[in-house]
Amino acid sequence: MDQAVLNSFQIGPDEDGRFGIHGGRFVAETLMPLILSVEQAYRDAQNDPEFERQLRYYQTHYIGRPSPLYFAERLTKYFGGAKLYFKRDELNHTGAHKINNVLGQALLAKRMGKTKIIAETGAGQHGVATATACALFDLECEVFMGAEDVVRQKPNVDRMRLLGAKVHPVTSGTSTLKDAMNEALRYWVANPETHFYIIGTVAGPHPYPEMVRDFQAVIGKEAKEQMMEAEGRLPDALIACIGGGSNAMGLFYPFLDDKSVDIYGVEAAGHGIDSGLHAASLTGGEPGVLHGNRTYLLQSKEGQIADAHSISAGLDYPGIGPEHAWLHDVGRVNYVSATDEEALVAFQLCSRQEGIIPALEPSHALGFASTMIPEMDKDKVVILNMCGRGDKDLGAVLPKLDERGLL
Amino acid sequence: MTGRITKTFEQAKSNGRGILGVFVSAGDPSEEICAATLDALVEAGADMIELGMPFSDPMADGPAIQAASLRAIAAGMTLEKTLKMAAEFRERHPDTPLILMGYFNPIYMYGRDAFLARAVAAGVDGLIIVDLPPEEDVELCDPAIAAGLDFIRLTTPTTKGTRLTRVLEKAGGFVYYVSIAGITGTKSAGADSIKAAIADIRGATDLPVVTGFGIRTPEQAAEASILSDGAIVGSAVVEIIANNIDEAGTPSPEIPQKIGQYVSSLAKAIAAK
Ligand SMILES: Cc1ncc(COP(=O)(O)O)c(C=O)c1O
Repeated sequence: MDQAVLNSFQIGPDEDGRFGIHGGRFVAETLMPLILSVEQAYRDAQNDPEFERQLRYYQTHYIGRPSPLYFAERLTKYFGGAKLYFKRDELNHTGAHKINNVLGQALLAKRMGKTKIIAETGAGQHGVATATACALFDLECEVFMGAEDVVRQKPNVDRMRLLGAKVHPVTSGTSTLKDAMNEALRYWVANPETHFYIIGTVAGPHPYPEMVRDFQAVIGKEAKEQMMEAEGRLPDALIACIGGGSNAMGLFYPFLDDKSVDIYGVEAAGHGIDSGLHAASLTGGEPGVLHGNRTYLLQSKEGQIADAHSISAGLDYPGIGPEHAWLHDVGRVNYVSATDEEALVAFQLCSRQEGIIPALEPSHALGFASTMIPEMDKDKVVILNMCGRGDKDLGAVLPKLDERGLL
Repeated sequence: MTGRITKTFEQAKSNGRGILGVFVSAGDPSEEICAATLDALVEAGADMIELGMPFSDPMADGPAIQAASLRAIAAGMTLEKTLKMAAEFRERHPDTPLILMGYFNPIYMYGRDAFLARAVAAGVDGLIIVDLPPEEDVELCDPAIAAGLDFIRLTTPTTKGTRLTRVLEKAGGFVYYVSIAGITGTKSAGADSIKAAIADIRGATDLPVVTGFGIRTPEQAAEASILSDGAIVGSAVVEIIANNIDEAGTPSPEIPQKIGQYVSSLAKAIAAK
């Protein structure tokens, strides 16, 4: 599919769950009836005004939507280029964008009569959001989390336990997010009738990438209206970090057909792309099949999945959602990267300049922004998705800032 | 021409018994020991071999086969070497059906057409690819059938009604009934649930049906071979490998022999029923 011949970028997926060559339903037969029933239930919900009404109710009264679009005035002065706005999804209940998706899927699970929920989590934000929704809707909750992440993100593990979720530390493979997802899928295969799997990002088998995108698109819809109100026009650029890509898809999707808007997805470059120790699947990976979909993956030439490396547990994933893979192929979105070091500097900078402690994930977006924004004209306007708050990261980040004399 | 798979089932049937299929991961714990293990399996009475193509992220496998896969990868196993191992097996054992089993990504990276050509040339009889449901038939199933390979389908306790018909539409060789909803090597199914499911499958296809996942003991193997046309054993076999690697990581040279003894106990139990 050539960019020149596409009338719209809001066309995926097709009925087989494909975005170009990406996406699909690459799962074991045990899961197929389930995935088909999730799709059917989602289609029914999409046509049911009552579902929409419930979702809006919880978005407003429980999550606290709409989240503000905030003009980051001091950072704008500091960078000396384009005007920088933050879409403040870190102010959502539970402190990240993840809850937008979780409430949608939890409501769907309830419609389907499921009483037990499974989730995978990296940074723990999706796990916390899922545990929260399960407390709210009286559902049983089991969260799979890489053993390494259980240590890196301890405050979130404590929150999940307090909320009543059972946290399973995963020690298979590399003990991070990809293994947590393997384990969650294995658990689902063993408990197909009773459990609903709430996937935390725009990845996995169809219809998850589409469904999660739709639930997160509230970010971009609000941002568009809010920008019209604030500046009377569309932004010139959007920037968001990418783990699996849900906060990014949520912001980007409503703008995909606004050709004047440049879009940047920021992958985690870890120690640097050249070091080989990174999590940038588009920049440094090749198409392959994992976790139910075809997409760009970090892998060996023999097709064995490689370890991702990032200081941020939420970006430490060797794949990326299939719609991003397609947007990369057709050239609509620019995929760039920021290193651990750039994210750390941005983490401190944002705290000091704006009084906002960002999560390590959006610190990557800000790390990239700090190279791009100073180069842009002052009459340009940029929206960055501040998709999570950084309290969970203090344990990992503070010693590193101390070492660098940034405290 | 009747293929090796069909012949094997027919022969077993005429002897009044089910078949015994055995899974091992190619290259586990090393190429040499694995090749010797394959010989020991045939010697011990395995009717059919399922050779696992190691993958780093085996979504439908339990700890035992995950570990087997990782051991093989760590020992340097690749799909190229697996195909070579298959070709050499075929030279030594002209009649034993050989199935390659695994996940799609290594095949996709190798190149689908090159893989199919090599597999056919190696004398492979069929493929079981866990993460390719009928919805993805264009990826590998259709070209594999065109190349002359059987595309063997897994059906599970969740495969019912119209879904079962869909799954069996292009099925070749035999039907692999996964007797539990779950990953390999975890729990075992009860006879009644197997019986009912096998009856459903027989209503939808004339292919032989074998039962697998969770079979460990000679009694279970014998029972599965009565309820269906045979039994497949995997985790219990690769656990013997795991239990015969010392703390320094050196595998015992007796692994093929030990696996042979175990498999022979399964084969005898099946033959006795
Ligand atoms: C705050 C935050 N941002 C981003 C991510 C990455 O996920 P995604 O790319 O799906 O937004 C995570 C994941 O845990 C997160 O917690």
